[in-house]
Amino acid sequence: MKTVRYLEIEGNSKGYLALLGMLGLMILGSLAAFYYMEHNGHWVSNMDNQIVWGTPHVFAVFLIVAASGALNIASISSVFNKTAYKPLAPLSGLLALALLAGGLMVLVLDLGRPDRLIVAMTKYNFKSIFAWNMIFYNGFFAIVAVYIWFTMDRTMGQYKKAAGIAAFIWRLMLTTGTGSIFGFLVARQGYDAAIMAPMFVIMSFSFGLAIFLLVLMASYNWTHRPLGDALFRRLKNLLGVFVAAVFYFVMVYHLTNLYATEHHGVEAFILRDGGIYTQLFWYGQIILGSLIPLALIYHPTWGMNRMLVGLASIFVVIGGMIQMYIIIIGGQAYPLNMFPGKEVSSSFFDGVVNVYSPSLPEFFLGLGGFGVALIAVALAVKVLKFLPSSLADADVDPHHS
Amino acid sequence: MDKNMTDLARRNFMSKAVAAAGLTVIPGVMLYEVQARPADQAATNKVRWGMLIDTNKCEDGCNDCVTACQTENGWGSGSNNEQKSSDKQKAQWIRKVKLTDKQTGHVQSLPLMCQHCETAPCVDVCPTGASMKRADGIVLVDKHTCIGCRYCMMACPYKARSFIHEDMHDQEVHAPRGKGTVESCTMCVHRVDKDGTPACVEACTKADKKAMMFGDLNDPSSAISIRLKEFGGEQIRADLGLNTGVRYQGL
Repeated sequence: MKTVRYLEIEGNSKGYLALLGMLGLMILGSLAAFYYMEHNGHWVSNMDNQIVWGTPHVFAVFLIVAASGALNIASISSVFNKTAYKPLAPLSGLLALALLAGGLMVLVLDLGRPDRLIVAMTKYNFKSIFAWNMIFYNGFFAIVAVYIWFTMDRTMGQYKKAAGIAAFIWRLMLTTGTGSIFGFLVARQGYDAAIMAPMFVIMSFSFGLAIFLLVLMASYNWTHRPLGDALFRRLKNLLGVFVAAVFYFVMVYHLTNLYATEHHGVEAFILRDGGIYTQLFWYGQIILGSLIPLALIYHPTWGMNRMLVGLASIFVVIGGMIQMYIIIIGGQAYPLNMFPGKEVSSSFFDGVVNVYSPSLPEFFLGLGGFGVALIAVALAVKVLKFLPSSLADADVDPHHS
Repeated sequence: MDKNMTDLARRNFMSKAVAAAGLTVIPGVMLYEVQARPADQAATNKVRWGMLIDTNKCEDGCNDCVTACQTENGWGSGSNNEQKSSDKQKAQWIRKVKLTDKQTGHVQSLPLMCQHCETAPCVDVCPTGASMKRADGIVLVDKHTCIGCRYCMMACPYKARSFIHEDMHDQEVHAPRGKGTVESCTMCVHRVDKDGTPACVEACTKADKKAMMFGDLNDPSSAISIRLKEFGGEQIRADLGLNTGVRYQGL
């Protein structure tokens, strides 16, 4: 049984410092945007009483969903005993915590009253899935931190599986809760569907693994550490399965809606008449985010090319952000169906498609979420032994001769 | 003679003293007869406040209810606030909605505000419990606890809630509005608690339009209950099963 050796990265190169500098700038931009929006009020953003949740929420929900998915590799190794992934478990846990921290930061900073965060942490309405999510998010930090400790500390090895199972169940509850934020809303035609919760779980698998693969490739390329083909191929194929699964859920969601006349309005909006939302759906979510990555991953020669697989992962991330944009903003753009069969007009923009475009403060606030997540990983791998010194097939693959 | 003079002085004093004492007591006696609930007594579910709107009597161009609400609660044209917010960001507690039937061409007009649902989705989803329903059916936002997450705005089937996008000044004392919190129609709870009627209903009645009524839905002898029993009243989005406190005729 080969023992995997973990080693901190050196972290002295100009490239590393440049990376930290760039991520630091992203974070500064985010804090500046936060100050601007909080001090002046949300009138400086393009969010209004019709589009209530905007670009910051797209970033935040994407990061939170990806966070629970990033834990998948660790879960597969501990819960499902796939020994090939065991060396990756600490990085998987680290990335999960980092992405969640980034997403939550954006979510909290966009609140109308972020100074009342302590109220949100101490007063709970337990009928609200939001309140449950706060418990899930905080619990996730604690449980995954303990789990990472057990994976990195050899003396705690016997408890690793129990912690892994706890973390796995907890992250399923967390992502189910995140999807239910939308699934529980009876008011809007685009939501109010039980499929939202499991669809978000499957989306988390896909987005989390795509980001994990990108972080892994970057970490090993930029530190000149070997990353074996066998391990890479397994991760790539797994990503393909998850992308296909998301595509399946999206198809079921839309086909089911198309069967019911009462949902034809919102379906026509997303699939045909919604202008930017329709273009984003077909070109962004389906072609760029699902079909092209599947082709790149499963093609016999393209799938062996690491650059193309990395590109596929980037497309999955972009497609995922677009999917989140369509769900969150497209779902609000389509008007509420209060008076079926009637044309509605009012001074409060009833009965019309709501217009929205991301504003710069919102975009920079959201981008800071990625900045926080990635800088946390970049610093952590320098300070602690998260990364195996080698992931070459000879060193880690249990079936390698 | 002396004895009589002394008795008169004492009698005068006594009668004046009793009169003064009576004057201090009588207001208390008269107050006791008024029905308004004392300020420190909680609302109960013996009463359920509701409104009934007759869309047949509601005129297309009339905005009396909206103007009255703005003046009463200090939003829109009733205040100097929200100068920086765009039209889509400005709050609207109540608005007039014009409906045109796609099949028949029939045109209707009605005021739309918070429907004060019995099982309000906004109350269900609020993470801190700031969005709350009083025992007497009025749905409100506790401005001390609202964190401005806007989840209630996502959840409301009637788009009744507004978010405040900038600093507020000189708010009405009975309608505290603050940047970063969410607000909606309060059914003029400050008036209702003093035995009054909401400003919108009062304005409609004053203009003799007779399109809006307010009253106790739990009291079968109240004017609103009698009218509901005779002519019926529908909820907007009745299929959601929210049992709204605001009902409409002629929908």
